[in-house]
Amino acid sequence: MAKDNRPGSLLIRGGRVIDPLARVDAVMDLLLRDGQVSEIAPPNKIRGGADEKIEAQGLIVAPGFIDLHAHLREPGQGYKETIATGTAAAAAGGFTSVCCMPNTTPVLDSPEWVTWVRQPQRGAVTNVFPIAAATQASKGAVLTDFRALQRAGAVAVTDDGKPILSETTMRDALRASAEINFPVVQHAEDTRVTQNCSMNEGPTSFRLGLRGMSVMSEAAIVDRDVQLAQQFNGARLHVAHVSTAEALKSVRRGKKNRARVSCEVTPHHFALTDADVRDYDTNFKMNPPLRSAEDREALIVALTDGTVDAIATDHAPHAPHEKIIEFERAAFGVTGFETALGLAITVLHGGHRMPLARIIELLTSGPARVLDLRGRGTLLRGSHADVTIFDPKKRWTFDVSKSRSKSHNTPFDGRQLTGKVVATIVGGRVVYRAG
Amino acid sequence: MAATQAQTERRTAARGSLLGIEYLPVSEINALLQLTRKMNPLKPRPLLKGKRVFLLFYEASTRTRTSFEIAAKALGATTSLVLSSGSSVEKGESLLDTGYTLRAVGADAIVVRHPHSGAPHLMASHLDIPVINAGDGMHEHPTQALLDAYTILRHKKKLAGLQVTIVGDVYHSRVARSAIHLLSKSGARITLCGPPELVPEVATTLVDGLRISRSCEDAVRGADIVMVLRVQRERLAGLKVSLPDYISRYQITMARLRLAKSDALLMHPGPIIRGLELTWDVADCPQSVIVEEVKNGVPLRMAVLARALGKAR
Repeated sequence: MAKDNRPGSLLIRGGRVIDPLARVDAVMDLLLRDGQVSEIAPPNKIRGGADEKIEAQGLIVAPGFIDLHAHLREPGQGYKETIATGTAAAAAGGFTSVCCMPNTTPVLDSPEWVTWVRQPQRGAVTNVFPIAAATQASKGAVLTDFRALQRAGAVAVTDDGKPILSETTMRDALRASAEINFPVVQHAEDTRVTQNCSMNEGPTSFRLGLRGMSVMSEAAIVDRDVQLAQQFNGARLHVAHVSTAEALKSVRRGKKNRARVSCEVTPHHFALTDADVRDYDTNFKMNPPLRSAEDREALIVALTDGTVDAIATDHAPHAPHEKIIEFERAAFGVTGFETALGLAITVLHGGHRMPLARIIELLTSGPARVLDLRGRGTLLRGSHADVTIFDPKKRWTFDVSKSRSKSHNTPFDGRQLTGKVVATIVGGRVVYRAG
Repeated sequence: MAATQAQTERRTAARGSLLGIEYLPVSEINALLQLTRKMNPLKPRPLLKGKRVFLLFYEASTRTRTSFEIAAKALGATTSLVLSSGSSVEKGESLLDTGYTLRAVGADAIVVRHPHSGAPHLMASHLDIPVINAGDGMHEHPTQALLDAYTILRHKKKLAGLQVTIVGDVYHSRVARSAIHLLSKSGARITLCGPPELVPEVATTLVDGLRISRSCEDAVRGADIVMVLRVQRERLAGLKVSLPDYISRYQITMARLRLAKSDALLMHPGPIIRGLELTWDVADCPQSVIVEEVKNGVPLRMAVLARALGKAR
């Protein structure tokens, strides 16, 4: 008989379990068996043994983190990152599920490529949920076959990296979204007014002599999309990486009007501002760009008050030859998996007193709800055995030379952080353990 | 964390680089202006004998390029000109690789002009030889600001207290940014003038005490210095400003210049477009020091090169 490939049972003892969806915040033991959460009970109440044990006293035991927005770069851009290296970095950051973007080579616009990304040969150590292209080759003209992509395992569609600019195309996409209950993720940027821009428009861009992206280049598209989403009952719009106070207003209005609108914010946008782009350091260049201090404050308020559904990394690895060049020519994007939790705890919990439960919600049940990832984002009995264990008080310094990502384009090298992942468990298997 | 711009500029300045005026201390500015007085292109001083100065130009230039070349030669250095067209840059060589190549063939200093803001900073942070910014994108053009300060000081006792009006396309101008930093540090009072598309409100955040006026008459009245910036026709095309509208509101005419002090200087970094940002007669009027600015560019750049290569005596 072939060797049984199922994971053994795993008992996580004595940790403080925080599961916002289940409204649990207590010291509990957690038993994982057959890839599921088998039992959750007060300390020492779980009978019977387990193949493996983790002592989690003093640690937080949370549902596995879910990243709604990451670039794993395969197929075709393996020199930046592979699904194997990207998910290894994700696991080190506590992520058990990664939703990967379709701006690969070729673009993920067919069921065949969606299937390819999900194959075990890719070597993923976390769950990978592909987000497929919304239009053919992400050219913004002809919609892809949403139904076929959904059947192949895609969890949403987007043309990320570029917006769906045409109102007609966006309208058609949202209509199709409503028909099959399939979210459309929009990278909101009016590229007609951001040509040759490399950072936020403001005092810093003026001082550095760089062309700036206006707030309206984001907000106008979000506003239009929210209005369109309200026209189709059941249409689902998810606004990627919101970066401005102005765009948040539209999201709030959409939610108030009961449109099915959701949004995410990245750690770099809540941790940094455009004033940090000092030395033409391309590790501070991403799209949307770092915004003003006022925008950053507004993001933190929206993360707190529920306007924002998820923290998403927009992990965007690039090779040195794409980054160590003139600022205006450099690729947009920064890596983000391994610093996300530390930044959330340092900035949001430490700096702005956000409860840990809210941070966990933004990394677990929040994103699970946005993309309907059933049985994930919670530790309710019967859920997938995806668990993240972390030390919320551990102080550490991020050293990019130790990163598991293939690329090193981070603005946070050498940054002191509080809060560190201790172990990451996917489907009952430990895929990362702090050394 | 990554080094701040100020740190990079200080670090590279220690090796003689001149990347911008923003982080250049007033004492350094004054020392360079002092040194310029000792430089005379007609009396060569072999301070840089045996040194190789490379002029790396990724953008068109007449006065900056030739004056750096004349300046280097007047100090006894050999020069080599590398243009982006006709060099390996056309084959896709990166800026840093071009820098390493020039270093390998024996460059002692690189003077670089580049269409992208920050390009000289990138070179300076990776090379162990001085990099001199001869204009980067819309960012800075430090030697232009220095030669303008030098020119002003040939006519005025000091920069402090002078009323300087800068008219034209400030937004796209590296000359304006460098001039504003230098004049502000030196205690001049600065008024910017032009339509919002070319002189945006955000410009006032560059330094403390900047004033914007949308009326040319108001801005020029009582000025000691009227500095006119070039207005590129093709840039107006993309904006809401029509050419006739710009000319009628902001062109410097003799009538407008007369609103300035009687001993006011009329300056322009060049190239001038007669009939656009200024009239024919303004360009050639007795108050115009446009040609003198070009002339002063040579001794000023001699001083900059001498300082860069540690021969500032």
